[in-house]
Amino acid sequence: MVPRPFRLRQVRRETSDTFTLELEPADSAEGFCFRAGQFNMLYVFGVGEIPISISGNPANPRVLTHTTREVGTVTKAMGKLRRGDVIGVRGPFGTPWPIEQAEGADVVIVAGGIGLAPLRSALYHLLAQRDRYGKIVLLYGTRTPGDILYRRELQRWRAQFDLEVHITVDRALSGWRGNVGVVTSLIPRAPFDARNTVALVCGPEIMMRFAVLELQRRGVPPSHIYVSLERNMKCGVGVCGHCQLAPFFVCKDGPVFSYDKVQHLLEKREI
Amino acid sequence: MRTLETVLAEHPFFAGLEQRYLQIIVGCATNVVFEKGQIIFREGEEADRFYLIRQGRVALEVHAAGIGTLTIQTLDAGDILGWSWLVPPYRWHFDARAVELTRAIALDGECLRRKCEEDHDLGYELLKRFAEIITQRLQATRLQLLDVYGAEGHTSRRGGT
Ligand SMILES: Cc1cc2nc3c(=O)[nH]c(=O)nc-3n(C[C@H](O)[C@H](O)[C@H](O)COP(=O)(O)OP(=O)(O)OC[C@H]3O[C@@H](n4cnc5c(N)ncnc54)[C@H](O)[C@@H]3O)c2cc1C
Ligand code: FES
Repeated sequence: MVPRPFRLRQVRRETSDTFTLELEPADSAEGFCFRAGQFNMLYVFGVGEIPISISGNPANPRVLTHTTREVGTVTKAMGKLRRGDVIGVRGPFGTPWPIEQAEGADVVIVAGGIGLAPLRSALYHLLAQRDRYGKIVLLYGTRTPGDILYRRELQRWRAQFDLEVHITVDRALSGWRGNVGVVTSLIPRAPFDARNTVALVCGPEIMMRFAVLELQRRGVPPSHIYVSLERNMKCGVGVCGHCQLAPFFVCKDGPVFSYDKVQHLLEKREI
Repeated sequence: MRTLETVLAEHPFFAGLEQRYLQIIVGCATNVVFEKGQIIFREGEEADRFYLIRQGRVALEVHAAGIGTLTIQTLDAGDILGWSWLVPPYRWHFDARAVELTRAIALDGECLRRKCEEDHDLGYELLKRFAEIITQRLQATRLQLLDVYGAEGHTSRRGGT
């Protein structure tokens, strides 16, 4: 699959090391349809290609949105791009969040750090169809208050919709009046009916493991808990085997898996 | 008006505790209110009590040279503040400050220790509850120490922000 050229129509700094790109097709007027939870392979010409989740609104195919954290060669090069620059896009790839199946249930979203990016796409959908769901609860953890993504949008959503947002940070200077503590500590008291809940979890793998434990302690069955996994990727379409996780190719069978499918793999070392 | 005993019984920490124990414990309990910003206790001071938070938020703080005051944890309604009264040398390890108007029940540590010595069944009940909380906090602290969102502390690339 050949990358399709997309032009940057906007670059927004989110935090000191994260940024959001808004892209539009450079080759035709045809929009970009995707489902919340899917990812693209983004190609910074002359540097390299990496998998990045789509963080925008699935109902708006005219704009393709990605939020990225600068960690290495490609992400740092991507962070230097400016309005009007062109990158290559292959996708959308992978499995989506099960948001249609969650209709009628409470939805608990547990996000850590940049893990909120693919979950924001799910939130756009959930809030657009608000009356089809029970409670919607977002539990979001970051390192410090300065690392909170989409701050204004979260405030607006909280004011506008029936959405519970609980944010916690791992550490803060004493001026911060919000929660301090790990994101898993928000789970025991979050308002949802564990027997009728679908949980969507994305963040560092250790955080996800502990979050899942807490969700299970609350009584959410593993088959109702969905995690988004990450492995090194190359082809993105289940051919090269780079992203293999025992019987699965994360790019094709994931990145979103129900926890009961991958539980035994995540609890093993060195897979 | 709700009695102190009812309030104790409704707090998650004492959920399911036998009535006769509640009656003993209530003798060591008083209602307290802390204004926003008020220091509840300071590191190094004698830890002679613990608190059941009923409303509000409390920050546990440490002072780090060159950085300033860091909040390492916040506690909300339903949480327990302090277990240093349980173990010698009975000194607080952190500062605790009310981030907002906070209502709590203070339990006199010495009074409670005495009652636990007199009635080991009560002591065992209380220790089980504290052990659970201490374990949860230990797990949370470990996760915090891993710095999972930091550049170094992750095993997946989404260890971000
Ligand atoms: C399905 C999927 C969706 C993703 N979605 C997003 C997203 O929405 N936003 C986002 O910011 N990122 C996302 N990622 C992660 C992103 O793909 C990586 O951050 C990116 O590939 C890093 O490329 P790089 O060239 O910048 O870093 P590299 O040059 O490859 O690595 C640089 C440094 O980063 C650190 N690092 C990178 N990868 C790892 C690792 N696996 N383990 C430990 N340390 C590591 C190391 O310190 C390493 O030396 C996603 C990954 C997958 C698989
Ligand atoms: S990236 Fe090639 S098989 Fe998944």
